[in-house]
Amino acid sequence: MSEPLSVGGADSLADGAVTVDGLVMRYGDKVAVDGLSLSVEAHTITAVLGPNGAGKTTTLETCEGYRTPQRGTVRVLGLDPVRDRRALLPRIGVMLQSGGAWGGVRAVEMLRHVSRLHARPLPVDMLVERLGLADCGRTPYRRLSGGQQQRLGLAMAIVGRPELVFVDEPTAGLDPAVRRTVWELLEELRTDGVTVVLTTHYMDEAERLADRVHILDKGTLVASGSPLELTRGGSVATIRLVVTQPFPPGAPASLTAALGPATEVTQLDAVSLLVTGPADGSTLAKVSRWCEAHDVLPESLTLGQRKLEDVFLELTALPETT
Amino acid sequence: MTPPTTTPATTTPARPGTFVPAPGAAPIARQVLTQASMEARLMLRNGEQLLLAVVIPVIVLLVGVRGAERVDLEYGVETFAPGVLALAVMSTSFTALAIATGFERRYGLIKRLGTSPLSRTSLLGAKVLALLVVEVLQVVVIGAVALALGWEPDASVVGLLLTVVLGTSAFASLGLLLAGSLRAEATLAAANLVYLLLMAGGAVVLPASAYGSFGDVVAWLPSGALGEAMRSALDGAAVAWRDLLVLAGWTLVGAAATARTFKWE
Repeated sequence: MSEPLSVGGADSLADGAVTVDGLVMRYGDKVAVDGLSLSVEAHTITAVLGPNGAGKTTTLETCEGYRTPQRGTVRVLGLDPVRDRRALLPRIGVMLQSGGAWGGVRAVEMLRHVSRLHARPLPVDMLVERLGLADCGRTPYRRLSGGQQQRLGLAMAIVGRPELVFVDEPTAGLDPAVRRTVWELLEELRTDGVTVVLTTHYMDEAERLADRVHILDKGTLVASGSPLELTRGGSVATIRLVVTQPFPPGAPASLTAALGPATEVTQLDAVSLLVTGPADGSTLAKVSRWCEAHDVLPESLTLGQRKLEDVFLELTALPETT
Repeated sequence: MTPPTTTPATTTPARPGTFVPAPGAAPIARQVLTQASMEARLMLRNGEQLLLAVVIPVIVLLVGVRGAERVDLEYGVETFAPGVLALAVMSTSFTALAIATGFERRYGLIKRLGTSPLSRTSLLGAKVLALLVVEVLQVVVIGAVALALGWEPDASVVGLLLTVVLGTSAFASLGLLLAGSLRAEATLAAANLVYLLLMAGGAVVLPASAYGSFGDVVAWLPSGALGEAMRSALDGAAVAWRDLLVLAGWTLVGAAATARTFKWE
């Protein structure tokens, strides 16, 4: 277990909207969460990223009071999600990844039902309109499309005017226009002082929305910071090289030798390479000289910032696709 | 007429401050009533459930009474009417509840309600309330058909109320036991099978005495106890304490087993 890469201000475990401290969760022999500590600042959008099996859902469900921590502590809005469950539940909203309604209940009927369990709910009609649920308002839940169920799930999570919402993959399977609608809604929630904790597989979603990103892998925190801090990652840049003819054999190794040990070369496919290394002009010049020396004709040579996705892939060490 | 509202699914931002947190649970009574009325509505909206709740009992009543007349059976409407009412209580509180709860688990509804202000106790209370609402409707419809067939009940209201409440709690606890431990499809199959077996051989519709020496055994089943208690209450105006005690016993057994085994997801 390595030390998590932490950039930006140190987390204060004392006064976050959510604080997880030394959480351990095991299922049988499998360790799902392995001494995880993280915190979520109030009034922010915080994204929790990680490959499948990283412990995201287990961590979220522990915060939501579904599971009792086996070791460590979890506090949500200063409360213990298990012991203080009844006091906590009205103050949080939870959007599940799927399901959560009767098969035969109509969409708006379900939303109205959940709203009545709360003391001061949002106007149901406003939410229906904002999330584009008017057209399917009388459709039974089981006949709603995946995207409609998703939006209804989000509406159910926020209708009780919570202080904090947990949203699990809020835009999975939504078309681009609806995704944008959901993003704007989540941003408005933050503006109005709601804390949003979301898990997502979409890096662009985290990059666009999140004030802070926590990257989990194998049950531990491997990085956290703002998207900008994470992608800046010191002075690292990427150069993407695409050539007209397939590279000669051994190209990555010979290019690495030409560039020096500080850089890393990944072959993406037969005609493209990704160079990750110090962001200076000389690297670009060296790549260009290498092409000349090896009789390789570049089609394009692009210098780019690292994307959050690059950081994510590096840190979580997914099997490389070469 | 108002113009059609073709507001697209877009992005008129709400007024600033719309989402400012104002959390809080509704009063518990309102939560329970909301949940109960929703569950009762869904039960009555569902065709299969309605078939089970009203249509089958009415058919059994008609066929039983008319058939008995034709073959000169000793039982008439004064036996069949309470028997069919007992059958109706059993179908709602056992079969319908088990199937509905099984699918609620499957569809993540119980998980979803687990993070709403509604507590588990309130959820159970709402379920019982919804069952009682449906049972009142059943009693009205089945009672009306029986009266039309010439039924002149000799009723004890206390006996009837105790029978319905204890019968419901006994069968509901057994239904939840089933729904909380099996998969939804298995629950569906098992709940229907048990219902058919008890309807045929469980001394619900016909008295335990009709089963010969086997009757001593079936009277201890929840179905037999419910049927006997219902017949005592409506055909002789008596409170059948022994049978009510049997139902209370099944309630305890069922509730204890459910509490140990019920999985919310």
